[in-house]
Amino acid sequence: MSKLPGYALVGRILARRNLTFNRFAAFNPGRKAVISIPFFWLAVFFFIPFLVVFKISFSESDIAIPPYTSLFTWDADEAYATLTLYLGNYAYLIEDSFYLDAYLSSIKIAAISTIITLIVGFPMAYLIARSQGSKRLILLSLVILPFWTSFLLRVYAWMALLKKNGVVNDMLMALGMIDEPVRMLQTDFAVYIGIVYTYLPFMILPLYAVLEKMDLTLIEAAEDLGCHPIQSFFLVTVPLAMPGIVAGCLLVFIPVVGEYVIPALLGGSDTLMIGRVLWDEFSLNRNWPMASAVAIVMLVVLVLPIMFLRNRVGNKESI
Amino acid sequence: MTASDKASRPNYNPLTKPAPELWRDPDATPFVVFDGITKKFDDFTAVDNISLNIYKRELFCLLGGSGSGKSTLLRMLAGFEQPTSGRILIDGVDMAGIPPWNRPVNMMFQSYALFPHLTVENNVGFGLRREGMAEADVKRRVKDILDMVQMGHLARRKPHQLSGGQRQRVALARSLVKRPKLLLLDEPLGALDKKLREETQFELMNIQDELGVTFIVVTHDQEEAMTLATRIGVMNNGEVVQVGEPHDIYEYPGSRYVAQFIGSVNLLEGQVIVDEADEVKIQSADAGCILHVNHGISCAPNQTVHVALRPEKIQISHHAPEQTENCMQGVIEDIAYMGSLSVFRVRLNSGKEIRVTQPNFARDMGARFTWEDRVYLHWDIDSSVVLTV
Repeated sequence: MSKLPGYALVGRILARRNLTFNRFAAFNPGRKAVISIPFFWLAVFFFIPFLVVFKISFSESDIAIPPYTSLFTWDADEAYATLTLYLGNYAYLIEDSFYLDAYLSSIKIAAISTIITLIVGFPMAYLIARSQGSKRLILLSLVILPFWTSFLLRVYAWMALLKKNGVVNDMLMALGMIDEPVRMLQTDFAVYIGIVYTYLPFMILPLYAVLEKMDLTLIEAAEDLGCHPIQSFFLVTVPLAMPGIVAGCLLVFIPVVGEYVIPALLGGSDTLMIGRVLWDEFSLNRNWPMASAVAIVMLVVLVLPIMFLRNRVGNKESI
Repeated sequence: MTASDKASRPNYNPLTKPAPELWRDPDATPFVVFDGITKKFDDFTAVDNISLNIYKRELFCLLGGSGSGKSTLLRMLAGFEQPTSGRILIDGVDMAGIPPWNRPVNMMFQSYALFPHLTVENNVGFGLRREGMAEADVKRRVKDILDMVQMGHLARRKPHQLSGGQRQRVALARSLVKRPKLLLLDEPLGALDKKLREETQFELMNIQDELGVTFIVVTHDQEEAMTLATRIGVMNNGEVVQVGEPHDIYEYPGSRYVAQFIGSVNLLEGQVIVDEADEVKIQSADAGCILHVNHGISCAPNQTVHVALRPEKIQISHHAPEQTENCMQGVIEDIAYMGSLSVFRVRLNSGKEIRVTQPNFARDMGARFTWEDRVYLHWDIDSSVVLTV
């Protein structure tokens, strides 16, 4: 569920470039009508469930159906309602360092994988943007091609590759580089591989979009003014690609923080990520209120830095 | 020369500025040398064996249509393209293998190529900072050059907040601020409207006077080339077809291509009947008369040649002039009143169409000639040029 606000915000960052469009939309009832359909969709399937989760996070766990206490109690004799807000879940989140560790570990893993994705994705996006005609089309479809296969299948494929007697270990042993299989599956290493592999297209596509639009004579101008190509990359290409870098990083970072499948399948028992904690809380412990509180805090942890980033990028562009 | 000197000289004309005319001196050392430069893209030859010398303090215009190879030549000078064969020397140094960032050359791009993420002053200071110049010196140099192009008050703006003319000034300032020995300008005035172009042309020439830089300008606009250049190199299909001062190019075109490319021209076909050292007579069916030109040519007897006649060099009258040579008859088919001059399209008896322009030196000039008038067109023997190619 954390994916939705992330995508929406990235969309708004990209849309910011086109301010006149937004201004126009305010006056045009037709456009409002078009917008209202996705708006309605988000309201029903995102905002209302969010409120429900928010509400549950203030309940106590109970052995009942549903497994939590009601916020409102109605005393029929005295004819008054009682609202009970139970803050214990949030208090417990702070008290038990396990949750804090899980949040920090999630953010750490997300941050590192975002940086790796950026470093791997930038040259690829650059190459695609500089390619011509059909070559560009082929490279671009290669980036999108993995989406044609189920995400789950691709993660399982990585399990086959990385396991003890998997393809990678067999190959390394055949080449004589290692004597016995290296444990790769169920480590953080496998989690990083899975995340970087899965989220790479989300980094490449926005980067490609900005790099493709970039005027190549700007690079020539920089070189003409005495820039070595490496300098011109950092002084011209990177600043101009910044909207794409920010969008790509958000598209990777936000969903990875809440990622559940990859750490569950590729990670070991010590790979601590908040998505797994949330799932365990919900399904194993059947502690819906606790799970809700974890989800709400995750949202706050994610939304605040994004708002900050968004404002920074927005301000830069409007100056 | 100071500004007051200029003002005190009544016939001072910035178009014929007193630059040393080194290209007339056979012993002068050229500043830029193209030595048999050829550039091929796959099987397409963009530049075909060009040899050309350009001298210090020149404002050399490479003039040609699109695809004539003029931009490729400029890009090879800047180092963005490598010649397939031949040598380029700048100030005596062979440029082979020297990358753009190490060349004593700066370029002003056709699109201006201002960095959109940097302010005007940071755009201009960009090159100086790459040299590792002290920040105080950068500030001073940037301020000076921005004041010179009258952009000092907009130093904090971003390029997208500027008008086309302002961007062009910033681009010029950015390419001048490093004080290059050689400045390359790719269609510098292409994106400006007519009035702004004229202003900027004079500004460019003043800057060149002030800084003593050698300019090489690429343009497809012959008017721009005529006003700016000390010399023009006319390019066609990857070759330089003629090099000369604007006056020579205009008055003595070497070929029909050049005559037609620079200004407008009437071409009359005919056969040589008299071929002397200092005069030529040509029997022309097009003109319906004998064409008499006061310069010699080298050609075979009875060879078919073309006489180039500029529209403004033709006299138009209702009455038959005394001369019989260089005199054609026709009917006015069309008149265009342009304010300062009128353009007539005259259909000769042979069916050939001739363009004539007349300055409107009196207010009612236009009324003297009207549609369907039978007129005589005549000109002097030193007004036309014979072209053998």
